[in-house]
Amino acid sequence: MPKNYQLKMNVNDKEVQVEVKASATLAYVLREQLGLTGTKIGCEEGECGACTVLVDGQAINSCIYPALKAAGRHVLTVEGLAHNDELHPLQRAFIEHGAVQCGYCTPGVLLAAVALLEQNPHPSEDEIRRAISGNLCRCTGYLQMIEAIQEVSKYQVALSNKPPVTSDS
Amino acid sequence: MTCEDYLIASTVEEALATLASLRGKGRLIAGGTDLVIQLQRGERNVRSLVDITRIPGLDEVKLEDPYIIIGAAVTFSQIEHSALIRERAPVLAEAAAQLGSPQIRNVGTLAGNVVNAQPAADGSIALLALDAEAEIANLTGRQWVPIASLFVSPGVSRVDATAEMITAFRVRAQAPRESSAFERLARRKALALPLINVGVRVLLNADGTHVRDARIAIGPVAPVPFRAQEAEAALKSRPINQETISEAVETAVGESKPRSSLLRGSKEYRRELIRVLTRRALLRAVETARG
Repeated sequence: MPKNYQLKMNVNDKEVQVEVKASATLAYVLREQLGLTGTKIGCEEGECGACTVLVDGQAINSCIYPALKAAGRHVLTVEGLAHNDELHPLQRAFIEHGAVQCGYCTPGVLLAAVALLEQNPHPSEDEIRRAISGNLCRCTGYLQMIEAIQEVSKYQVALSNKPPVTSDS
Repeated sequence: MTCEDYLIASTVEEALATLASLRGKGRLIAGGTDLVIQLQRGERNVRSLVDITRIPGLDEVKLEDPYIIIGAAVTFSQIEHSALIRERAPVLAEAAAQLGSPQIRNVGTLAGNVVNAQPAADGSIALLALDAEAEIANLTGRQWVPIASLFVSPGVSRVDATAEMITAFRVRAQAPRESSAFERLARRKALALPLINVGVRVLLNADGTHVRDARIAIGPVAPVPFRAQEAEAALKSRPINQETISEAVETAVGESKPRSSLLRGSKEYRRELIRVLTRRALLRAVETARG
C-alpha cells in the first residue's frame, strides 16, 4: 500500500501541512490540494516553465519536482506576489508593458523574474533573457516582458516577497 | 510519477542500507529532472525513491589540492557560479551554464547527468575533457574510478542507482599554462539538446609555444561520450600554430561518427559543426592557457 506523508512547508509566507503521496509533484500539491491554481502545468517534462515556482528563492519546474523535496522549504507561487490589493511591481509592469496575452506562461515568467531581480537587482538585457530562457511564451513574445523587467529593475532594489517600495520612501 | 515511498537519506551509509533492504526496487534520486520524467512515462519501475540531496556535505564544492571535489548533490547552478570551477576547471562551468534552463540547472546534478549516460550530456563531456573521476560508494566501500569507464551505452551507465551511488566527482584544478573550454550548438540557446558539443583541455609548455597534452571530448558522435584520442595525439608536443590546430581539428572530424538524425541534423552538417566547434574550443583554451 502506498503510504501518505505529512508534508510541512511554507507557502507564500504561511506554514502549511498537507498529506501527500510519495509520487505527488509539487505542482499537483499546490494546485489540487492547496487550491493555488496560478501555477500552470504545460508540458510536464521540464521544457516550458509554466509550472515555475520558487523554492528557497530558486526557480524550479514544480511539475517535475517531487513535492516531498519541498519539506521545510519556502515556496513562493504567483499568488504570493501581490500584497493585499497591491500588485507586485513586476505584475504591474507586465500589465503596463502589454507583456500578458493569454496569460498561461505569465505566472512562471513572473517568478523567474522575481528570482532574477532578487539575486541580481540590475541585470543586463542578456541576463534577463537568460533568466527567462526556461519559460516559453507562444503569444506575446518576449520583448514586452524584457522591457517590463528592465523597468522594474530601474526603480527597485530589493523585490522578492516584500511590499512594494515607492520611489520617495 | 509512480512510486510508493519517498525516503530522505541523512547519510551515505543510510542511503546504501536502504537500497540494500529494497533489493532492486529502490532507486536514488538527486534533482530528479530526468528521473521524474522517466517515472511519469513509465520507463522505470521504482517502488521507493531515496533522496540524497539532504545528506550533509554532499552539496559542497571544495578544493582539496590538487583536486576540486564536487559533491553528488551539487546542482548545475552551483557549478556555473562556483568561482573555483570557473577559474580552475572552466570547461565544466561553461557546460553547466548552457545545459537545460535555469529551472533545470537549479535542481539537476552532475551525478544524475552521468548516471543517465546520454552521449550528448554536457556535464559528461566536460568531465571527460577533465579526466574526472567519480567516487562510487557501495556496501563494499568507496573507490575513485575514471569517468570514462562509467558509460556503457545510451542511457546505461555502470553505476547501478538501485544499489550504489556516486558520492562525488574530482578533477585536477588546472595548473599554470593549462586551460579548458566548452562549445555547443543547439537549435536555440536554452532547453535544446546539443547538435554537437565539444569540451577541450590543453596544457602548454612553460613558454606557451607548444602543446604538452590535450583532451578533446565530443558528443553525441558515438553511443557513449567520445574522446577524440587521435586528435589529442596530433596536438601533443606540437608547436601552436594554424597548421597544428587544423590538423587536430580534421583528425577529430575524421574519427568522430556523427549520425544523421531528424532531431540533430544531417551527419554532413554535424561533421562541419565538429570542425567549427573543436577549433573554437581549442583556440579559446590555448588563448586562456597563455594568459
